[in-house]
Amino acid sequence: MTVAAPASARPARRAPTSSLRNPGVPLDLDGVRRVRVNRAAADHRAATLTTRRSVKREWQAGWLLRAVTLIDLTTLAGDDTPGRVRRLCGKARRPVRHDILGALGVPAPEVTVAAACVYHGLAPAARAALDGSGIPVAVVSTGFPAGLSPFATRLREIEESVAAGAEEVDIVITRGLALRGDWERLYDEVAAFRDACGDAHIKVILGTGELGTLANVARAATVAMMAGADFVKTSTGKEKVNATLPVGLAMARAVRDYFRATGVRVGLKAAGGIGTAKDALAWMILVKEELGDAWLDPGLFRIGASSLLADIERQLEHHATGRYSAFHRHPVG
Amino acid sequence: MTSVRDAFVRPDYGPAPESPATADEWLRGGERAFGHYVAGRWADGEGAVHRTRCPADGRPLASFRYGTGDDVDRAVAAAHAALPGWRKIGGHARARHLYRLARQIQKRSRLFAVVESLDNGKAIREARDLDIPLAARHFYHHAGWAQLIDDEFPGCEPVGVVGQIIPWNFPLLMLAWKVAPALAAGNTVVLKPAEYTPLSALLFAELADETGLPPGVLNIVTGDGATGAALVRHPDVAKIAFTGSTEVGREIRRATAGTGKHLSLELGGKSPFVVFETADLDAAVEGVVDGVWLNQGQVCCAGSRLLVQESVEEDLLDRLRARMERIRVGHPLDKSIDMGAIVDGSQMDRIQGFLTAGEDDGAVIWQPSRAVPEEGFFLPPTLCTGAPASSPIVTDEIFGPVLVSLTFRTPAEAVALANDTRYGLAASIWTEDLSLALDVAPAIKAGTVWVNCTNRFDAASGFGGYRESGFGREGGREGMWEYLKPAASVAGTRPAATPDPVPAGGGSSGSDSSGTAPRDRIDRTRKLWIGGRQMRPDGGYSLTVRDASGTALAEVPRGNRKDVRNAVEAAAGARRSWAATTAYLRSQILYYVAENLAVRADEFAAALQRATGATPAAASAEVDAAVRAAFTFAAWADKHDGSVHSTPFRNVTFAMNEPVGTVAIRCGDAAPLAGSLGAIVAALSQGNVAVVVASERFPIPALDLVQVLETSDIPPGTVNILSGRHGEVYPTLAAHDDVDQLWDFVADGLSGEAERLSAGNLKRVWVDREGAIDWRSPTAHASETLLRKATRVKNIWVPYGV
Repeated sequence: MTVAAPASARPARRAPTSSLRNPGVPLDLDGVRRVRVNRAAADHRAATLTTRRSVKREWQAGWLLRAVTLIDLTTLAGDDTPGRVRRLCGKARRPVRHDILGALGVPAPEVTVAAACVYHGLAPAARAALDGSGIPVAVVSTGFPAGLSPFATRLREIEESVAAGAEEVDIVITRGLALRGDWERLYDEVAAFRDACGDAHIKVILGTGELGTLANVARAATVAMMAGADFVKTSTGKEKVNATLPVGLAMARAVRDYFRATGVRVGLKAAGGIGTAKDALAWMILVKEELGDAWLDPGLFRIGASSLLADIERQLEHHATGRYSAFHRHPVG
Repeated sequence: MTSVRDAFVRPDYGPAPESPATADEWLRGGERAFGHYVAGRWADGEGAVHRTRCPADGRPLASFRYGTGDDVDRAVAAAHAALPGWRKIGGHARARHLYRLARQIQKRSRLFAVVESLDNGKAIREARDLDIPLAARHFYHHAGWAQLIDDEFPGCEPVGVVGQIIPWNFPLLMLAWKVAPALAAGNTVVLKPAEYTPLSALLFAELADETGLPPGVLNIVTGDGATGAALVRHPDVAKIAFTGSTEVGREIRRATAGTGKHLSLELGGKSPFVVFETADLDAAVEGVVDGVWLNQGQVCCAGSRLLVQESVEEDLLDRLRARMERIRVGHPLDKSIDMGAIVDGSQMDRIQGFLTAGEDDGAVIWQPSRAVPEEGFFLPPTLCTGAPASSPIVTDEIFGPVLVSLTFRTPAEAVALANDTRYGLAASIWTEDLSLALDVAPAIKAGTVWVNCTNRFDAASGFGGYRESGFGREGGREGMWEYLKPAASVAGTRPAATPDPVPAGGGSSGSDSSGTAPRDRIDRTRKLWIGGRQMRPDGGYSLTVRDASGTALAEVPRGNRKDVRNAVEAAAGARRSWAATTAYLRSQILYYVAENLAVRADEFAAALQRATGATPAAASAEVDAAVRAAFTFAAWADKHDGSVHSTPFRNVTFAMNEPVGTVAIRCGDAAPLAGSLGAIVAALSQGNVAVVVASERFPIPALDLVQVLETSDIPPGTVNILSGRHGEVYPTLAAHDDVDQLWDFVADGLSGEAERLSAGNLKRVWVDREGAIDWRSPTAHASETLLRKATRVKNIWVPYGV
């Protein structure tokens, strides 16, 4: 197990999540119903975001290192075991080979992932493996991924995960409430989940691939924030369509509107289908352009991913050596 | 030197330069000297040598010549010589050439993009993602029209040698818009690129040469306004196609008046960008960015007049200012730049002048805090609020990165403000309420209306203006008509008046009512028909009309300027409601006209005989032709459908055939009944209102039509009929700023004068010089032509998705 660097060596932004939490606001139904998203315009914006901005050379390497710090390194498979999770957590502590970081001139302690994300049953293994690293354990909860188990069970699940060492809880909403426009019950549900989280930060997974329209995505995100979400998150990774840029755009703009209205910054998490360094840069450009630099921080932006890191490592090695790299040159996570 | 760690800690974009190496090589490091491309060869000519520079950093790019009259002569001669061969090889062979040009643009796309960016100062992203792919797209699309030309445009032939003058804002794209349809239709071309941006046209000439386009088919003569003027004036040029400022458009209109040259003009604009409270405001903000800051605002259809519903003004402008803070202005070859350089220092000064004047008028000028480069011609995105509606900053085309914001309260007010301009190029409407969008889109006078999008272009959708934004369309089927004319075999030779000729002294006499009227009947009083009422002429004079034998037959009113003014005002009053009348009702009214005329067929035939000396059979045939014309256009009222264009976006682009507005019809002496009624019903069938000038020599049939028309439920003012000396009334109509179109079936010296006068409001003018319409037996082709003249295409883009 890697010994964690002394806390003092880490930049302040390595704090697991923003210390300021979203207290939530009363449900503003009119405000929710006023949310409008024009799909064609959102698609156009999403498609041109990455043609308008290009990050090259040193900047690309710097951005990719930052992308590493935004990753919720994730394993959510039925065959997960403590051994598998320990390996993941090892990677979380040392996501990039130290010789590469050395060549790039970046101190190794500055580069760890944002969190490790696992199922409840693997939380103790993760907690132990990350002990002393400062890297929080995130646990998916509330009947993930469908979120249709009994309400009381879902609350209990959160409580148990928090008790098992989860500092962040990724909950799923009941998609049916959003599809039926039952925003009051969705608000109540998320508020109850937040209470159950206690001091653990709550990430609210919208399951955007199952919400039908971008307007619904934006409305569901808005309700979740009103109910106190610390993060709004796109997907479980299990829906047919996961984190797409237009969905990210709709959610980022909902986050921005919430900030405009309340002065509270809520985080955004993209999860599912983000597998390449290029994807990660696209999301970072989206966040920078639509929300601003303040959000390009693990406290306010996360990328939930399992295979993304390996691609980023290859690109970083290319920056360090000038040669194109191969997957097998980087330790598996 | 920024380190990786710096970029890690502070995620700025850093420079992302596009390499100019290949372009430098092509330009030989700025040392290259270009001549003109004429008849498949490069020739220097005697014109002055000028240098084109990159407006972002002043670096010299290449030298080129300002073409002289001799250079233009040689180019036109080459185009003329190439014309028969280019026509003869046929559509398919031309399609192969155009296809090759399209492919070659794609294969050299990056070089084109870099050259364009260097020469114009536009962001490489825009050149790369918009200008060059769209230019290729136009050649593909028109390769298709070349392939289909015989099937889809039967009875048409190319116009001839076409002179094309293009602006500096989208140099290669404008070349493609002009050259592709011209060549597809079988014309040959002399093109003059703008003096600020000649390079991409020269690169294109190189490409055309290398790919085997026959010599003389495309000729490029570089130069400035003087070169363009020589091209406009050249007698062997059959058509001028111009894109540029409204002022120069006016000059070209005047210069070509009376020459018979075909003309299409794509001119300036001050396009409204209308945001309703039901809009996705963030989407609208991005729309504004795309609408007015594309190419630094140097776009003819820039959405430079923001009209925002008062209830969301503050919200929208807050969002907009925040967005403007993120716009990056810098060297155009940087891939992360949103706005490059203004094309030239003189343009910079012009734009600054508008801002200063706007501030003097009380406007608030806001610019983001982000710095712009000090070297080179750079301006930040600029928002202007609080300007009085009369300020030039609100009314005039600035052609720079300046947005003016105004508010409205209701949809009706939005439409009124949107239309409160001399221009009519484009409009953008933002709302999630489809009913509202589809109500407003047809109401705005503009050639293109984008709903929830802006600055979308495609070769399959015609682009062009209403009002002083010009006439003619570029792209789509509607654009092809600009480069075709009726084939000689289809166009009739101009029919002679009926019958030939009236003895000396016949027709309406030169003197006032001093002739001798037949005394064997009750005196008949014919009046002008204005606003649904029979009116005595303002001047109180009459003209004597004589029959075929020279005997005085009757008096007709001698209309004057005031009568014209009154008639045009009456037409304007009827214009909106007639355009809004359903096609079904219009058709019923036109059938009713036919019915009422048929009832009086014998009387009209007899009158025709008396008036024109026609044989009984010929007179009856003409009455019958008039009845048929009314039937034909009653039939067409609800059948001249628009279309849905196949544009490569997820949207519906529908082309609506809209009425032109007020049509002034100058009737000829041939078929004085069928000709006047035919033109009237053609205009009315498509929702236009008409001011008719009756045949000067045979005015009686048109004046007698009043009795038919006023019993046929035609709303007052929809048709107005004047008689008199054409020289006294027609120029007033031609100059009138509230007349939208002239139809001239006389085609004489006065027609040229009218064309010159039309430059004031740049109304469309159709002089039937080819004699396309024989009113006694109009062909299907003639009907089609009339329908096309009676409408203009508005393309409405409606993207969709959830």
